[in-house]
Amino acid sequence: MPAPRIRQYAKPKKGTVARLVKSLWKNFKLELIISLVTLILSIFVNLSGSVFASMITDLLTKAIPMKMDPLADVNILTGSFDISLLGGIPLKGVNLVTLVVALGIIYLVGVLCSWTWTRTMAIVTQKYLNLFRNKMFSHMQKLPIKYFDTHQNGAIMSLYTNDIDTIRQLISQSLPNIISTGITVVGCLFVMLSFSIWMTLVVIAGTVAMFFNTKIVGGRASRFFVAQQMSIGKVEGNIEESITGLKVIKVFTHEEDSLKDFEKVNEELYKNSTAANIAGNIMMPINGNIGNFIYVIIAIIGCILYLTPGAQNLSLSGMKVVDTTTFYSALLVPFLMLSRMFTQNISNFSQQVTFVVMGTAGASRCFDLLDEVVEADDGYVTLVNIKYHEDGTFEETSERTRDYAWKHPHKADGTVTYTELKGDIVIDDIDFSYDGKKTVLKNVSVYAHPGQQIALVGATGAGKTTITNLINRFYDIADGKIRYDGININKIKKDDLRHSLGVILQDVNLFTGTVMENIRYGRLDATDEEVYEAAKIANAYDFIMRLPQGFNTMLSGDGANLSQGQRQLISIARAAVADAPVMILDEATSSIDTRTERLAQKGMDQLMKGRTTFVIAHRLSTIQNADYILVLDKGEIIERGNHESLIAEKGAYYQLYTGAVELE
Amino acid sequence: MLKSIFKVLKSVREFKKYAIITPLFMIGEAAVECALPLVMTNFVKILKPENSIQDLLPYFLAIIAMAIVSITCGILGGRFAAYAASGFAKNLRHDLYKKVESFSFENIDHFHASSLVTRMTTDVTNTQNSFAMTIRIVVRAPLMLVFSAIMAFVVGGNLAWIFVAAIPVIGIIFVVLARFAMGIFRRVFKKYDALNESVQENVSGMRVVKSYVREGYEDNKFSTASNNLSKEFIKAEKIVSLMTPLMNTSIHVVYIITMFFAATLIFKETQPYWGTDRDGNPVVLFNWGSLAISDMSALLTYGIQILMSIMMISMIVTMLVMSFESIRRISEVLDEEPTIKNPENPVMEVNDGSVVFDNVSFKYKKEAERYAVNNLNINIKSGEFIGIIGSTGSGKSTLVNLISRLYDTTEGRVLVGGNDVRNYDLKALRDSVAVVLQKNFLFSGTVASNMRWGNKEATDEEIVKALRVAQMSETIEATQERLNKVVEQGGANFSGGQKQRLCIARALLKNPKILILDDSTSAVDTKTDRLIRKALKNDLPDMTKIVIAQRISSIEEADQIIVLDNGEINGIGTHKQLLESNEIYREVYQSQTQKGGN
Repeated sequence: MPAPRIRQYAKPKKGTVARLVKSLWKNFKLELIISLVTLILSIFVNLSGSVFASMITDLLTKAIPMKMDPLADVNILTGSFDISLLGGIPLKGVNLVTLVVALGIIYLVGVLCSWTWTRTMAIVTQKYLNLFRNKMFSHMQKLPIKYFDTHQNGAIMSLYTNDIDTIRQLISQSLPNIISTGITVVGCLFVMLSFSIWMTLVVIAGTVAMFFNTKIVGGRASRFFVAQQMSIGKVEGNIEESITGLKVIKVFTHEEDSLKDFEKVNEELYKNSTAANIAGNIMMPINGNIGNFIYVIIAIIGCILYLTPGAQNLSLSGMKVVDTTTFYSALLVPFLMLSRMFTQNISNFSQQVTFVVMGTAGASRCFDLLDEVVEADDGYVTLVNIKYHEDGTFEETSERTRDYAWKHPHKADGTVTYTELKGDIVIDDIDFSYDGKKTVLKNVSVYAHPGQQIALVGATGAGKTTITNLINRFYDIADGKIRYDGININKIKKDDLRHSLGVILQDVNLFTGTVMENIRYGRLDATDEEVYEAAKIANAYDFIMRLPQGFNTMLSGDGANLSQGQRQLISIARAAVADAPVMILDEATSSIDTRTERLAQKGMDQLMKGRTTFVIAHRLSTIQNADYILVLDKGEIIERGNHESLIAEKGAYYQLYTGAVELE
Repeated sequence: MLKSIFKVLKSVREFKKYAIITPLFMIGEAAVECALPLVMTNFVKILKPENSIQDLLPYFLAIIAMAIVSITCGILGGRFAAYAASGFAKNLRHDLYKKVESFSFENIDHFHASSLVTRMTTDVTNTQNSFAMTIRIVVRAPLMLVFSAIMAFVVGGNLAWIFVAAIPVIGIIFVVLARFAMGIFRRVFKKYDALNESVQENVSGMRVVKSYVREGYEDNKFSTASNNLSKEFIKAEKIVSLMTPLMNTSIHVVYIITMFFAATLIFKETQPYWGTDRDGNPVVLFNWGSLAISDMSALLTYGIQILMSIMMISMIVTMLVMSFESIRRISEVLDEEPTIKNPENPVMEVNDGSVVFDNVSFKYKKEAERYAVNNLNINIKSGEFIGIIGSTGSGKSTLVNLISRLYDTTEGRVLVGGNDVRNYDLKALRDSVAVVLQKNFLFSGTVASNMRWGNKEATDEEIVKALRVAQMSETIEATQERLNKVVEQGGANFSGGQKQRLCIARALLKNPKILILDDSTSAVDTKTDRLIRKALKNDLPDMTKIVIAQRISSIEEADQIIVLDNGEINGIGTHKQLLESNEIYREVYQSQTQKGGN
């Protein structure tokens, strides 16, 4: 099988963010519009806070001089004053109470808005992640086995944990942050320009400096955070290996040397983690203080520019500097405030860079999974239950009769023909390669007649499992090379083909759930009695009954609480309950000792009785009764015959059997 | 809890200086951050027609100087914090690793291997983060609070009481919400882990899923669980999303109240009068009371800083509380006493290869009902060849684990070389007892580097000699690189039989008094198997050999064969004796010799 690909930290594909946003938009149009509108509103409300401060300042500077007229009864709370908004727009007849009430109302709206958007976005994020997870899982179920053979389990798992989490960050935090910063920055910029173009240029120059700092230091941080992530993976791998191999370490008293090995990866992690955190920690102080420098420079330039007699203000609003008093109160002070808000926003935004980089990479990997091509299935021949009549003819039925036929619709004339399922499987001279380079099977032909037992023997890598992978179409080959009851298997619907094959594999995989549920996995509608019966066939009944809660004992962590042999017996029971007409046993009893195997063998014999069976076995003693034994070597069949004839031949099989040659 | 924290903090060691320096720089940064608004306010205050640019210059210089101090403190503090936290994490992982290596298997079983991995990775990372946060922010945030409060009083006088009144309100809102939400999150995250475990099962069991055409079933199972989880997440998120608006509301309320009172105060106390500017034009000048207009914005800035630091503090407290769980789990490992330790005055020399089991019983857990091995009495003379046979779970591996003291007996004692194994120095004992395990572990490297696991100082000649006994020298010598032949990860470039033979050679290099082969020639062909046995017998006659095997042929010639069944000795004797007297042995023998089947 092709070697698993190491998890790549490749650059994310272009357009990943756009794709993410697009798919978000497709599913949550209304919510996104609501969020966006309320987000923008709440930004304006936040901005209005500082505007109000300047309005109150203005109110005071207008109201206080009125006190000079001793006759006028000036009351700032109830009086009526004319002020100007943003140094230009006139606002008539206001007082402190109306301003404060207006501010209160605006803030209330703002709070409601910000509540609406944070809540909506949080819900959207969770719903979207759920959708995404389900889509990924559902898509993954449809992927060919090849995908799983070429990707490490850990890498696939990390899509569901780490990568999904980075997407959550991206949607729920970075995205709103980018939008709100963008709007604030554009808004600020506009207002600043309406005050003074020259001073705005200073701010922009400062922003460029912050941008470079973010790019250099922030880029460094992102790089090292990714490196740190990889080091964590290495440390985890090392620890895992040490703990599982602790026995070896102990029996060789190798503790100190292992510690030294661990120190190497630990040191590497330390270095990357330090570098990442240094870059991460210093970005904010630098950006924040660039803001302070900008403040000073604006003040200096402002003073120089406008205090020089005859200087002209250049602004979008055409605001004129009449005298030094207005310059200070109406131009410089509000501008300084705006510039601080502007730079603070930019520097907050720069913090999001790492999240955006990591989120984009994560999303890109998840999209890669979704872009994997699903298992193709053009089959149209289906498997149906049939009922025999007394005269030997049969008809299709929906009940479970344990007799089957292939239902073969003909498109051309619209007729349907039925072929009895007998279990006749013919493999006709196939060549096969997993990667298109290394030939795994060469000129292999196998003829399995109904009810026959075919044994495949050979060293690891000889191609035994590959043959079974082709029969159940985990991997596909050219049309017509494999025929099942005379039908080209590529025409059979994959699900139905696999329903007709009972498979027991060497590596037993159990699922979290009770023993009962695990056996019933073979056939979901099996009754309890049928499950007990299957367990008895597999010779698993006795040990299951001895478990703490019998058949209701919970298995967790892939059945970690059972021995390898017990797990294999459960896997046999699972196949027994499935009751498929053709069986494939791939090293099904390799972990059972010879004595227990003899007991299990009886059940297996019952399972194989009358069924076409392919057996791959390590122990030759278990296949002596096979009708046909095929000896494979480097992908070619080098001998075929039954036990007696092969022994008599005194060839490869004989050597294996007598233990003269190592198997494996 | 405090005990756990101190326990864990011991690992800071050489990074202590960084951990102490960091908060000092943070104080510097915080001081500047607090003083800056005041300087800026005063600066704005003197932006008056009567002042020239020369009057403003000191302020420019002050602000620039402060920015330089702040940037320096920020960069240095950030650097040292990174060193301190990453270094602390490194030491912590080191200490944990060392501790785990000293664990007996009983200790490991107690923690479960997977939980140990989590403790050494995720939990350490959590601790690292909370440590970094503590040294950077825990000092800084309260300082900011105090500084800002003082400044607020300096600038605003009695108006600053508004902020003081707001502190507990905001603190309580935050802590209550955070605790509530964290509670839900912690519960939901457990379910989330379970969901991810089921993905893991699905991925590794994909062949089974596809063989039984259970894609749809799995899909349903997953989406049901995932949908339920999503609902719970949304519940928690709804609570969390209240946090920002509530915080904003409090800030806004404080803002409005402050502004209202400040404006009223300014209006009441300020007296305007006519004056002239530099050019002699008449302008309105003000005689400010206790509060000037420009003070108002400084006051508001300090107010917001106060509220922000309160939020920071509440957030940190919540996050620290969350990391306590990780700290507790780490200190649990550090506190665990290895159940198998060196005795006080250990015996350093193993005299000979004799092994005696004296009424030995053993169970893996104290509360277990069943003994894994029960009432064993075995007497093995030095140099003997012992065969052990029995079905899966009959206790064969348990028996040999007791010899190298990977576990201690529950009852009875095991003697090696005439001494109780519990009296030996562990290293001395394990160096004289070589075990070749069924699951052979070869490490990536070269043949020589793997062989030197057995003996670091082994010469090439010694290695070749060991390989010869294991019938592996010819294979290795035939390769171009000979002893430098690369061993891929897990020994993937060797066949199963070759790997087993390499492992035997590796064990022989220890020059042990006792060699235990735990089903370690299962993939070796019978002929080579025989040659290995012959070489062991001829070249190393004094070494005790204990062989666990499935194949009768591997142990046929043993001096004694022990038949184990259900943890008890079913029979001891030679091949011949057992064939006559022992039913199990006979059965096994027949299952392997019967040809043609029945």
